[in-house]
Amino acid sequence: MEFAELIKTPRVDGVVLRRPFLPTVEGTLCLTGHHLILSSRQDNTEELWLLHANIDAIEKRFVGSLGTIIVKCKDLRVIQLDIPGMEECLNIASSIEVLSTLDSVSLMYPLFYRPMFQVIEDGWKSFLPEDAFKDLESMTEEWRLSDVNKDYSVCSSYPPLVAVPKDVDDDTLRKAAAFRHGGRFPVLSYYHKKNGMVMMRSGQPLTGTNGRRCKEDEKLINATLRAGKRGYIIDTRTVSVAQQAKARGGGFESEANYPQWRRIHKAIERSSILQESLIKLVEACNDQSHSMDRWLSKLEASNWQTHVKEILTSACLAAQCIDREGASVLVHGTEGTDSTLQVTSLAQIILDPACRTIQGFQALVEREWLQAGHPFQQRCSQSAYSNSKPRCEAPVFLLFLDCVWQILRQFPCSFQFSQHFLVLLFEHTYASQFGTFMGNSASERSKLNLSQKTVSLWSWVNRPQEVERLSNPLYEANCLVIWPSVAPQSLLLWEGVFLRWKRSSRCLDEAYDEMVHIIQYNKELQNKVNNLRRQLAQLETEEPLLQTP
Amino acid sequence: MEHILTPKVEEVKLLDRYTAKKPAIGTLYLTATHLIFVETSCNTRKETWMLHHLIATVEKLPLTAMGCPLHISCKNFHVAHFVISSERDCQNVHQSLVRLSQPVEELYAFLYNPKQDEDERRNGWGFIDSAMDFKRMGLPNEFWEMTDLNKNYELCSTYHSELVFGSAKFRSRGRIPTLSYYHKESNAAICRCSQPLSGLSARCVEDEEMLQAISRANPKSTFMYVVDTRPKLNAMANRAAGKGYENEDNYSNICFQFVGIENIHVMRNSLQKLLEVCAMKSPTMSDYLTGLENSGWLRHIKAVMDAGVFLAKAVAEDKASVLVHCSDGWDRTAQVCSLASILLDPFYRTIKGLMVLIEKEWISMGHKFTQRCGHVDGDPKEVSPVFTQFIECLWNLMEQYPCGFEYNEKYLLEIHNHVYSCQFGNFIGNCQREREEILYERTFSVWPFLWENRHQYRNPLHKCSLGREVLRPSTLPLNFKFWCGMYNHFDKGMQPKQSILEHLLTITQKKKIELLPQRAQLFPWRSKMSEEGQSSSEITTEAVKLVA
Repeated sequence: MEFAELIKTPRVDGVVLRRPFLPTVEGTLCLTGHHLILSSRQDNTEELWLLHANIDAIEKRFVGSLGTIIVKCKDLRVIQLDIPGMEECLNIASSIEVLSTLDSVSLMYPLFYRPMFQVIEDGWKSFLPEDAFKDLESMTEEWRLSDVNKDYSVCSSYPPLVAVPKDVDDDTLRKAAAFRHGGRFPVLSYYHKKNGMVMMRSGQPLTGTNGRRCKEDEKLINATLRAGKRGYIIDTRTVSVAQQAKARGGGFESEANYPQWRRIHKAIERSSILQESLIKLVEACNDQSHSMDRWLSKLEASNWQTHVKEILTSACLAAQCIDREGASVLVHGTEGTDSTLQVTSLAQIILDPACRTIQGFQALVEREWLQAGHPFQQRCSQSAYSNSKPRCEAPVFLLFLDCVWQILRQFPCSFQFSQHFLVLLFEHTYASQFGTFMGNSASERSKLNLSQKTVSLWSWVNRPQEVERLSNPLYEANCLVIWPSVAPQSLLLWEGVFLRWKRSSRCLDEAYDEMVHIIQYNKELQNKVNNLRRQLAQLETEEPLLQTP
Repeated sequence: MEHILTPKVEEVKLLDRYTAKKPAIGTLYLTATHLIFVETSCNTRKETWMLHHLIATVEKLPLTAMGCPLHISCKNFHVAHFVISSERDCQNVHQSLVRLSQPVEELYAFLYNPKQDEDERRNGWGFIDSAMDFKRMGLPNEFWEMTDLNKNYELCSTYHSELVFGSAKFRSRGRIPTLSYYHKESNAAICRCSQPLSGLSARCVEDEEMLQAISRANPKSTFMYVVDTRPKLNAMANRAAGKGYENEDNYSNICFQFVGIENIHVMRNSLQKLLEVCAMKSPTMSDYLTGLENSGWLRHIKAVMDAGVFLAKAVAEDKASVLVHCSDGWDRTAQVCSLASILLDPFYRTIKGLMVLIEKEWISMGHKFTQRCGHVDGDPKEVSPVFTQFIECLWNLMEQYPCGFEYNEKYLLEIHNHVYSCQFGNFIGNCQREREEILYERTFSVWPFLWENRHQYRNPLHKCSLGREVLRPSTLPLNFKFWCGMYNHFDKGMQPKQSILEHLLTITQKKKIELLPQRAQLFPWRSKMSEEGQSSSEITTEAVKLVA
C-alpha cells in the first residue's frame, strides 16, 4: 500500500490533545492513510478522528524534547497535540503535511470509505434531472429536456440533460454554446409557478472588443419571453469589470442586439477576493485581543459581511424581477459557475417554499451547484489557514450557506432544517467520507464513476435519525415568498461557523434543547387535548346525562 | 388643550426611513398625550402611537414637491418621517408638538389615570420594597446592621432613608459607603460610595476606619478591593479639585483598581454617533461597521460589562469585599454594582428581582433620572444614556445565557420605555427625598403594572435549575452585538420577520386558552378555577384522570 511509505511513525504514546472547550486528553496517537486518531483507550472519553483532508495547515514548536503540533482544520477548528520526543514529532508533522495535501484523486478517502450504516435510499439516485423535469412538466409545456450535452461535448461543466425552451432545437443550442463562456449556454434554472416567469443562467457572452453577436443565442433567450414582455439580465459584475472582460474575449449583452432585455449590473466579487476575505475574517475571529475597536475594524476590513450583503441583495433583485415585476430573468457573471449560482440558488430559497425543506434544499444544492458545475474540488481544497498560495480556492459555497443562514435567522419558522444542516454541508464540502462534493462537474464525477465507487452524502443525511437531528423544531410550512432584510443591522456574523470554536456553546445548546423540549411537550399536550375532545364528543352523544353533575 | 392648534390632519405620508418603498398614507391626530397616525392606505387598520413626552426632537424641514417634511425622533429611538401636504398644517403640528413635548405644566405621570382606586394606587407603591432584599441576603447578621441614620436625609440627601451601614463629610456630596450586595456564600460584600475628597494629600481617619470595618466584616479575607470606575486620567484630574481617589498608603490592606468607564459626556456623544449610524440611509456594510466602531458605543458597553465581571469575580472567586465608586457614585457605580449583582445572584434574573434591583441600586441610591433622561427642559449636558447602557449590558448577558433569565427582551425594552415615558412616578425626580414629597401622593408605580403583564415578559426558555450559579460571561469583543431590537425597534423591516420568542410564548400560552372551554365543559361547577391561571399541564392531567 502506498500510504505506508508516507507514514514514518504510525504510533506515538503519551500524546496530549488540547481542544477548545473540551478537557485535555492523553493517549495514543495513530496515523492511518486517511485519519489522525487519538485514543485514550479509556471508556467514556471522546476520541479524536480527524480526516487528513480536513487539515488545512500545521505548525510545529519545540520546547526541549517536547514537540507541539498545532493542527488548523478546514472547518476552522484549531487543536494542539503535545508529542514527547522530537523525532516522533517531526515524523508525525511531515506525514500529516504530505497526507493532507495529496493531490491524487484516486487516493481520496471517499473511494476507500465503506458505510457503517444501512443505505436505505441511494443518494446518487435521489435527485435525477429526469425527476426534476417531471415536476416542471406538470406545470408547463413550454420547456423540454435536451440531451445535446449527453457526452459533455457541448459544455464540459454542464450535466448531460438540461432544460431549454421547447421551440429551440439542439443545433441552436450548440451555436449558442459556442458564443458563451465555457459553452455555458442559457438554461432553465427556475420556473415560478405563480406567474410562469423563469430564471435562467449562463456564462458571459463572448462578444469581445468588436461586439460579436450570435443570432441563435438571441433566439434562445428571446424564446423565454412572453409577447411584448421585457426580461432582465442580471450581470453579477460591475459595469467596469464587464467592460474589461471584453478585452479577454468576454463581454455582455448589448442593448442593440438584445432590445427586449434590460441589463442590471451588481457587484459580487470574484473568487480570489472572496478567499482573501475569508482568511481575514477568520484571522479577526481568532484575535484574542480585548480591544473592541480592533475587532470591529478587522471585521470591517475583512469585507466578509459586505459580500454577504451584496450576494443577498442581488438574489433579492432577481426574485423581485420575477415575483413583483412579473418578468423573466437571465443571470450570469463571467464563467457562470460561482456568483451566478449564488444568485440563482438564493433567489429560489426566497421564492420557492419547496427549497426550504430538507429534501428540497438537497435538490437545490444538487441542481444549482453540483449539476450546474460549481467546481467544488478546486474551490474547497484549501480553507482559511493554508499557507500555500491559493490557486482556485474560494468560499463561494460557504458564502451561499451564510446567506441562507441569514434568511433562516430572519424567518426561523419557515425552514424545515436548522442551521446544523448548513454547518454539516460546510464541513462536507471541505472534507468528507462521501463522494458527493468530489470533482468539479458532472462529467468529472461520471468519469470517476463516483456513484458506484463512493457513498453519497444524501444517503447518510436522509436516514430518519439524521433527518431528525437536522430538523428545525419551529418549522411550519410557509408557502409565501420570503423577503429578507439586507440592511447591515439585519445581517449578523454567522456564529455557528465563525465563532464555533471561539466560545463555549454550552448555554446556546442548552437553550436549543429547551426549545425542542417545549415544542415537543406542546405537541404531546395538543394530542392529548384532541383525544379528550374526541372522548368528550363521544360521551356527549352516548350519555347526555353526564353533562350535569 | 390650548396647545393643540390642529387636532387632525388628513392625507399625511409616513415615509419608510430606509427603503424607497411607497409611503403609507393616513390621518394624523394630536391628543393631549399622544400623536397618533392611522394608516388609511392599507386594508388592515395600522396605527402608530407616539407619546408626546417621549419626543426628543421635532424638526420641520423646507417644503419639497411632496409636501412639508416633519421629522420626529423619540427618546426610545422611535423615529418617524412624516410629509404633510399643507405647509400651514405642518407648521401647526410642529408648533403644537414642540409645546406638548416639553411639559410646561405637568408630566404625563400626573395625568395618567389607569382606572384604579386610591387604595390600589397607594398599595402599588409598596409592591417593591428594597429593604426586604437585605433580609433576603441574610442581613442584618453579626457583621452588618441596618441604620436609620439617614432617616431625615440629613446624612446624605440623595440616599434612600433606610441604609445598611452608616464620616459622610469626607465623601463627595456626603455619599458614604453603603452596602449594595452581600454575598452570603463568601461573606464578601459590594459597597458603593462617591469619590473621597482626598485632593492631593487630605485624609480622613474616620473614612479609613470605615473601610477597615467593611474589610473586617469579611473575616476570611485579608484585603478588600477599592474599585474606581473612572479612567485613571479623569480621577487624577479630580485630585486637583480636592477630590480624587484613595491613597493606598493611608488605607490598610486595600487593593486599588481603576476600571476605565468614560464619563456621562463621552457616553452622550457616543450614543449620538450611534444613532447617526442607525439613521444612515441605505449604508454599505462598510459604512455601518466603520460608523459602529467610530461611535465607540460597543467599546463603552464592554467597559461596563468588564467592570461588572471584575466585581463579581472579586466577590465570588477571591471572596474579597469591594468598595466601588466613581465621581458621585450615582452613574457608573450604579451600572457596575447592579451588573455584578445580576452576575452573582439569580434572584435578579427573575422578573421581580430585576424590579428590586432597579429600585435598590438606581432609584433609592439617587440615580438622577430627571436629568439623565431629560424629563424636563434642563441642562442638556446632564443628559446621558447611563441606564440605557445598563439595560444593554443585561441584554448582552441574556444573549450569552438564553436560559438564565426569567424575563425576555421585551421586558427590558418596556422598562427602558417607561424610564423615559414618565407615565409612572418611579423614574421622576432624582432621589428618594424628592419622590416622597409629591410622587407617592399623585402618581402610579410602574411595578404592579409590569407585574400584571408579566406573562408577556416571560422567557419560555428559562431554567430555574441553574440554581445559584454565578455567571461568568465572556467579554471578548466578538460577544458584543449591536442591539437592533433597541435602536431599530420601530423599523420593523429590519427585525426578523418571525420571532422564536413570540412563537414559544404563544404555544406555551395557547394551551391554556384552548383548554379553558374544555375545562368549563368538564367541570361546569368549577369553571371559576380555570380563570385562576393554572398551568395547562395540571389541567390536562386532571382532565385525563377524570375522563379515564
